[in-house]
Amino acid sequence: MGGDSPAHPALQPFPQTVFRFLISRFGMVVPTFFGVTVVAFFLIRLIPGDPIELLVGERGIDPERHAYLLKEFGYDRPLWQQYLGFVGNLLNGDFGTSIVTREPVLSEFMTLFPATIELSFMAIVFALAIGLPVGILAAVRRGSVFDHTVMGISLTGYSMPIFWWGLLLIILFSGMLGWTPVSGRISVLYYIEPITGFMLIDSLLIDDAGAFKSALSHLILPTIVLGTIPLAVIARQTRSAMLEVLGEDYIRTAHAKGLGPARIIGLHALRNAMIPVITTIGLQTGVLLAGAILTETIFAWPGVGNWLVNSIYRRDYPSVQGGILLVACIVITVNLLVDLAYGLVNPRIRHAGQS
Amino acid sequence: MTEIAESTIPKPPHPLREFWSYFSENRGAVTGMAVIVAVALLAIFADLIAPYSPIEQYRDHLLQPPFWQEGGSLEFPLGTDAVGRDMLSRIIHGARYSLMIGIIVVTLSLSAGIALGLAAAFVRGPVEALIMRAMDIMLALPSLLLAIVVVAILGPSLINSMFSLAIVYLPHYVRLTRASAIGEMSRDYVTASRVAGAGIARLMLITVLPNCAAPLIVQATLSFSSAILDAAALGFLGLGAQPPTPEWGTLLAEAREFVLRAWWVVTFPGLAILVTVLAFNLMGDGLRDALDPKLKR
Repeated sequence: MGGDSPAHPALQPFPQTVFRFLISRFGMVVPTFFGVTVVAFFLIRLIPGDPIELLVGERGIDPERHAYLLKEFGYDRPLWQQYLGFVGNLLNGDFGTSIVTREPVLSEFMTLFPATIELSFMAIVFALAIGLPVGILAAVRRGSVFDHTVMGISLTGYSMPIFWWGLLLIILFSGMLGWTPVSGRISVLYYIEPITGFMLIDSLLIDDAGAFKSALSHLILPTIVLGTIPLAVIARQTRSAMLEVLGEDYIRTAHAKGLGPARIIGLHALRNAMIPVITTIGLQTGVLLAGAILTETIFAWPGVGNWLVNSIYRRDYPSVQGGILLVACIVITVNLLVDLAYGLVNPRIRHAGQS
Repeated sequence: MTEIAESTIPKPPHPLREFWSYFSENRGAVTGMAVIVAVALLAIFADLIAPYSPIEQYRDHLLQPPFWQEGGSLEFPLGTDAVGRDMLSRIIHGARYSLMIGIIVVTLSLSAGIALGLAAAFVRGPVEALIMRAMDIMLALPSLLLAIVVVAILGPSLINSMFSLAIVYLPHYVRLTRASAIGEMSRDYVTASRVAGAGIARLMLITVLPNCAAPLIVQATLSFSSAILDAAALGFLGLGAQPPTPEWGTLLAEAREFVLRAWWVVTFPGLAILVTVLAFNLMGDGLRDALDPKLKR
């Protein structure tokens, strides 16, 4: 925004720069969102046959009724009017109606979404709990056997076909050892009325230890499978961020001041190394959602990924359309939040938009 | 100091030789390349190497385990699947599909990406804005999801899955080409070429493009591995290659129901995917280190 800012950016009052930063970031998101609606709207129109023909499927329909329904649902109007109607509905929270269940897509999505969040949350916790310490240790012991092993394993994890990984874990832990259930979210012995929709929390709320244990054991394998790629990415990213920071002057200063290694690594280095790592974690949302499609399919996990794939199999196009829109909204929102958080903690990014 | 250096140092080595000396230092990258060559040879000579046809069914040998297990025999070293097809032959033939998918997907998205990226960099203005916004939209969806949606609309098949993956990887190439082309265009040699009267096509393809090659080569290697992985995922979901095609992901899809009965029909195809993808990632890392000017000593 013009190179003639009167003072050094850092001297400007804080809220103004933040406000400008927010506006510029939101300004980039709105066109992207509308672009996604255009894509979602026209992709469905690419399928041969009009929406009514899709609706009735192979049963067929007599031409009179067909024409009536086309008019009834507004499919005889010009495309741009249909598109505007579509966007208007979206803004009112109407993401379409499933052909198969006749339920609104949004409410179906929202019923299943907690299962996906629960799984994704556990996966990212798993990835962080292992990835962070391992990455830090690998950086501190650079060039050691441990470092090489960690890097080797994480590249393998990064290359892992997770659908195969899931099947292998099922063979080992469910088949040979009999430790974990093969699929599903909880044993059929338990029925839990959704309160929050998160099985672990709900089973605790109604104070049912057996149900909690069952839900937890169902979560273990899907968590590992979905967490594998984020784990590999986080370990690698943490290691390289730490290596970069450990070479900085202020680390040498800290050493010179006589601080202990734990304090230097844990406080001085880690805090600065976390900035790129946090970005990486935020960018894993898309990876998690895509991974959830495969993971949920393997473990018959009743989440949105499984639902989306089944909607495709059933040729339930309104559900597919609404589903990809909702997923895109989630990814856009999370990326925006990460972007904002990153900009707010890192002054270099915040001011970059002005010069 | 520079004057002395210029007079004493010998001629700089040929770029390719310099590249190789960096690349060959990286043991992982060389291993990766060796594995890729091996897989490529398997794919090319699959008909000669594979002991059986990948679709021939031996009805007397259903779900026979590999040779080292009880009930297995060297006749079918890696065992047979549920309809008595030789696993080893199917996996060897599967290498053809995976490499073909990689080559076609990367070629399509690379060439379209370069074209759009150069157009954005050279034309600027609304054309650039339009192209880059479109790419942002595509990046807003997780890649596998976008591919699934495209396949769902076009109909599941091997060709459509390759086409959808090519579309999905497009934004990376467009962004990369545009960014490095814009970086190069402010350099003196481009101005010199322009002053000397080079047309826009010459400027684009002969002056600027070769200097943008390094990041594109690295990205091409890395998306080769993603293509193999994602195509296998589509095959696994039943949206890619259809049976009886011995594509690795499709093999896994067929094996799913036998997961607790016959571990070998699940284990080997996935291992083939993992090893191949790992090899490409190792080589991609090595290429990046060897080609990245920032890391050059």
